[in-house]
Order: sequence, then C-alpha cells, then structure tokens
Amino acid sequence: MTTNILADTGVLTGRSLRHILRSPDTIVTTVITPIALLLLFVYVLGGAIRTGSGGSYIDYLLPGILLITISSGIAYTAYRLFLDLKDGMVERLRSMPIARSSVLWAHVVTSLAANLFSVSIVIGVAIAMGFRTGASVAAWLAIAGIMVLVILALTWLAVIAGLTAKTVDGASAFSYPLIFLPFISSAFVPTESMPAPVAWFAENQPVTSIVNTLRALFAGRPVGGEAVIALGWLVGIAVVACTIATMIYRRKIG
Amino acid sequence: MSADTAIRVLGVEKAFQGLPVLRGVDLDVPTGSILALLGSNGAGKTTLVRILSTLLMADAGTAEILGFDVAASAREVRESISLTGQFAAVDDLLSGRENLMLVARLRHQKNPDAVADDLLARFGLTDAGRRRASTYSGGMRRRLDIAMSLIGDPPVVFLDEPTTGLDPEGRLEVWQTIRTLAGKGTTVLLTTQHLDEAEQLADRIAILHDGRIIRKGTLDELRALLPTASIEYVEKKPSLEDVFLAIVGPTD
Repeated sequence: MTTNILADTGVLTGRSLRHILRSPDTIVTTVITPIALLLLFVYVLGGAIRTGSGGSYIDYLLPGILLITISSGIAYTAYRLFLDLKDGMVERLRSMPIARSSVLWAHVVTSLAANLFSVSIVIGVAIAMGFRTGASVAAWLAIAGIMVLVILALTWLAVIAGLTAKTVDGASAFSYPLIFLPFISSAFVPTESMPAPVAWFAENQPVTSIVNTLRALFAGRPVGGEAVIALGWLVGIAVVACTIATMIYRRKIG
Repeated sequence: MSADTAIRVLGVEKAFQGLPVLRGVDLDVPTGSILALLGSNGAGKTTLVRILSTLLMADAGTAEILGFDVAASAREVRESISLTGQFAAVDDLLSGRENLMLVARLRHQKNPDAVADDLLARFGLTDAGRRRASTYSGGMRRRLDIAMSLIGDPPVVFLDEPTTGLDPEGRLEVWQTIRTLAGKGTTVLLTTQHLDEAEQLADRIAILHDGRIIRKGTLDELRALLPTASIEYVEKKPSLEDVFLAIVGPTD
C-alpha cells in the first residue's frame, strides 16, 4: 500500500508536470508580478526607503518578493485541482484501485516543483539587478528548506481552496490576500515606521518572522529566535491545512 | 451467492438531505450480460452507479460486485470494475495515447506502451493518438473514455449514459464498442434514458422509477407485459435518423 502511494503519486505528478510544460504561461504569469514589484521598488520607490540595515535595498527586498512569488504560484494548484474535480477526473481516479491520497499529493508535489522553478527565476533576475549574498552553502540549504516549507504550507491552503471552490475564479481568488500580506510586514519597509496597531499586526503575522529569517540567512548573519517562530508558523500551517484538506477530500468524495 | 451473478444489489437506499432517491433497489446482473438500467432524469440511475463503483456509501442495503461488498471491500471492488461517467473524463492537455498510458501505469500494467497502442487500434484512434484530446470530436472523446476504462480488463464495466450528448454517428460508434465488449464476456451495466439504446444493446432491462426497480426482464418479457399485439398495416417511412445517416454516409 505504501509503495503504491509513492508509485501512484509519481505517475500523477508526471501528468500535472506535463500540464505545466504544455502551458508555460502558468510560470510566466507567476513570476511576472514579483519581477514587476522588484523593478518598481528597486528603481522607483526604493531610493526613498530607509531600511536602516546598511545594505542595498534589493538585498532587503528579495525575501518578501520570494514569498509573493510563491503566493501567486500556488493559485494554479487550486485551479488545476478544481478542474480535475469538475471534469470528473477525480471520480475516474477514485473508482480505480489507487491510493486515495495520491491525487492530492500529486498536486502538492507538482506545486513544489513549479514554485521552486519560479523562485529560481526571480532570484536570477534579482542577481542580475544587483542582489548580492554572503550566504554559505549551509545557509543556502536552510533558505531552500524554508522555501519548501512555505510552498508546502501555502499549497495545502490552495488545496482547500480548490476543493471547496464553486467556480474557477473562486478557486484562484483566495491567493490575493496572501499576495498582499507581505506589504503589511517587514518585507518592504521596517515595521518601526508603521503606526502602533499596524506595526503590532506586522510584527506578529507569519510573513515578518519568515522574511527576517531569510534576510539573516542571505546576509550570512546568525538567525535568531525568529527562525523558531517562522518554523512554528510554517509547520503549523502546513499540518493544519493538510489535515483539513484531507478531511474535506474524504467527506466530499464520500 | 452464485458464481454467475456479477452484480448483486439488495435493498439499497440512499437519501440526499432527507430526500430519498433510492428506496430499496434490488437487482441481479448475470456474469457476461449487458443490463440496461432505464429511467428518466433524476430517477437515481447515477446514484446507483456511484454506489456500485464505491464513490458513494448507501444508507441501507448491500451491494456486491463479484462477491465483494462495495462498502467493506472497496479496494477489491475497484480492482474488478471500471466506470465511465456521463462526462467523458479525459485529460484535455494530454494526447489520447498519453491518457491511455496514464491509466495503464496507474493500473500497474507491465507494458503501458503496448496497452495504449493496442487500444488506440481497437478504437480507431491510432491516427489521432498523438493529438491532444481537446481536439477530439464528441464521439472520439467518448471512445477514448471507454478505452481508458477497459485497461486491465476489468470484468465489470459501468457505463453511465455513454451516449449522452453524442451525434447519431458517435452514438453508433459507441454502441458498436459496447457490443464488442459484451462479446468478450465483460459484464456491462449501462444506464440510459433512451429506450432504443436499451432495446439495441441490452440482454436484460431494468426500469428504475421512484427509487425502485419496478420491472426487470428481457425485452421479450417486458413486451409480454402488454396485451397481445394487434396486427395493423402501416406505411413504413424512414426515420429522420435513417435519412441523416444515409445522406452523410458511414462513419470512418
């Protein structure tokens, strides 16, 4: 049974990766907003922003932009899952002797691959724009690990959206608030510059701790207690969202 | 249960939000036969098929496929059946061949390439095999859909309104496919709201009405329910379907 889960998930992941190869616009539209934001904030607004961190503004900005990239990328998971439900593909798969959870996991693994690819493109553009990092190999591995956790956590949220949506638009619309969340965090400007209630929200929402941890890793600084908070948020969201998504899936399909 | 009953349904009930759809369905389908489940829209045909194919739990009663209970032995049932739904569930972004390969791999076939090529040939899709399914006509899609459900030679096949939405040519193509299937000893449960479809294909017919099977039997047995036919002489005019098919010619 466990070997089946792996084999079946592999076959189904191959299928949805093929979807991405055949509609590369899903990658293009994922990276276009974050790249536009990079350009806007580095070349237009960035000159007037004082981060107090000493480094160049793009070094300060990139972690938040990476989160925005993932937030817009996961909408496609909700979209593809919604279509599979609507077109009867899920029913077809469910009446076959395959591991049940492999249907959801295939979408999650596909999201992981697609989003890591998008994130690499955005990092490449940032380097071309002057982003520099003193991160060691270990720090890069930690950054990759955090990226994987962010993608898993947000993708499982997307799975919930895809399973419960009534329309295609509804399936992808849920990601808009996620794309905006970094704006009310330390991603673009330090939280000290915000009015007290806003600063309180910004400092206590997950994006700030994740962004600050990534920033420390990129700068080659030691990560503080914020890394623990960031990991707590990410693992917590991933586990809760995965549990809820699996429950909805079981109930929905009887 | 005897070995020559492939599908056995006893007292199956199902309600949705308090509204009863199936109110005690009893049905036996002999191995290797085609049973047409006839009923109007909303009669509960799809609900029964979904219960038999493990997609839905019955509220009461039992259903067995080849002796396996659909609730308790769902996995064994899934090994024995395949389902073709009302809406052809093929992957539009994949080619016909890739769709077949996908199912062949999921059914753990030894040689998915050979399985796919063989089915493309059997269903007249070899030329279209490398084209995306989104470019197929309705009839081609449905043939691909049925071909996908035959991978692994499941002994029991459910066809839920297999010709809904097809043009007359597509309908004849699918009918031919179903006849070939039954010729190979597969048990077929077919739902339809078209009386002529049941008449054309089925060994036995069951009429589902108000959540119960109200009549079942062979076509002749059902005919015998009516008073003896009186003989009238009427001019036989070709039906519009005859005319249409004569003008457009045979399907390729």
